[in-house]
Amino acid sequence: MATQQEIIDILAQRFGDIDFAPAPLLLRGKLAGRQMHVRVPAGRLIEVLTYLRDEPRCRFEQLIDLTCVDYLNFPDATDRFGVIYSLLSLTHNHRIWLKCFVNDPNPTVPTATKIWKGAEWMEREVFDMFGVRFEGHPDLRRILTWDSFEAHPLRKDYPLRGKGERENYEVISRDSA
Amino acid sequence: MLKHEYNPHSTSNDDVVTTRLDKLVNFFSNTGPAWARKNSLWPLPFATACCGIELMATGASRYDIGRFGAEAMRFSPRQSDLLICAGRVAIKMMPVLQRIYQQMTEPKWVISMGACASTGGVFDTYAVVQGVDQFLPVDVYVPGCPPRPETLIEGVMAIQRMLDSGELKNSAERGRGLRMVVEPLVQVAVPNSAAELR
Ligand code: SF4
Repeated sequence: MATQQEIIDILAQRFGDIDFAPAPLLLRGKLAGRQMHVRVPAGRLIEVLTYLRDEPRCRFEQLIDLTCVDYLNFPDATDRFGVIYSLLSLTHNHRIWLKCFVNDPNPTVPTATKIWKGAEWMEREVFDMFGVRFEGHPDLRRILTWDSFEAHPLRKDYPLRGKGERENYEVISRDSA
Repeated sequence: MLKHEYNPHSTSNDDVVTTRLDKLVNFFSNTGPAWARKNSLWPLPFATACCGIELMATGASRYDIGRFGAEAMRFSPRQSDLLICAGRVAIKMMPVLQRIYQQMTEPKWVISMGACASTGGVFDTYAVVQGVDQFLPVDVYVPGCPPRPETLIEGVMAIQRMLDSGELKNSAERGRGLRMVVEPLVQVAVPNSAAELR
């Protein structure tokens, strides 16, 4: 098991040109456990993820979660969408979090499905809920909402009650049945 | 009912009915098939959420919806005539529910069970149907979150009363929307003060 700092050092050694800006995970401003996250620019994401999976000292075989946060109106936020990767190494029993920030218009991240096949549905969910596109994804369709739905409901500027989508649906009357 | 109204030839005091076949045929042609239908409603349990659990309780031995002839739950729309919509319906689920309703054979009835099916309940969000009656013709609304089994049984009995009233029309003639609301039969005393509660 490598400590979080050791993993970050390994990363910094290999990718000297990336500013990983490592920071501890915070929960309402307080430390939440010992875990850290690093920032990765979208252009280098696949490189870094592949390295983390294959490097013998890291061996992150498992993509635990792939999700997204909309930082609209978040204090001190500079970017809008943070796509978040949570990795676990079963070999070494250690974890790391990665954040990849993208912005409107047309937020795009390269797909991780070529590294972890399990990323496929998680990326579809992020696309469905936030409208972040995953370049190279084999089947980037909506996964939770219905096909004719157009919005991305977990964006902070989307109203809870929708924009009329739930009302505009075909009605079945006694006559048509 | 048969015995007293239509069976002048009965010689038994037990629940045995003897009659002539032509009289029986006559009985059914007078009352219509409604009398038979009302005592053998075959529900389709469209249970999408917690209300479905209460629907199961209604079907189980303690409340036993079979006492009202509606115990034959069928999961095929072609074998059922009472759609019990129990629980919240997501917009994505709505076409499924509509298809099921369309596949049921006439005559058919719809019970909207619980706050969610009737109004969306607390799930006032972009993805939840705010009352299945917006998209389907509903006959009886059963209130509650969830309704007690007694209330649901009262809903089934409301359908039976509709049949009893003799106006058995097919779906196209019945018009859309609310006909009856089931009121809870038992009045619950609401205490005025904390002292009364103790
Ligand atoms: S009405 Fe209440 S019990 Fe029924 S589905 Fe809605 S939340 Fe669940």
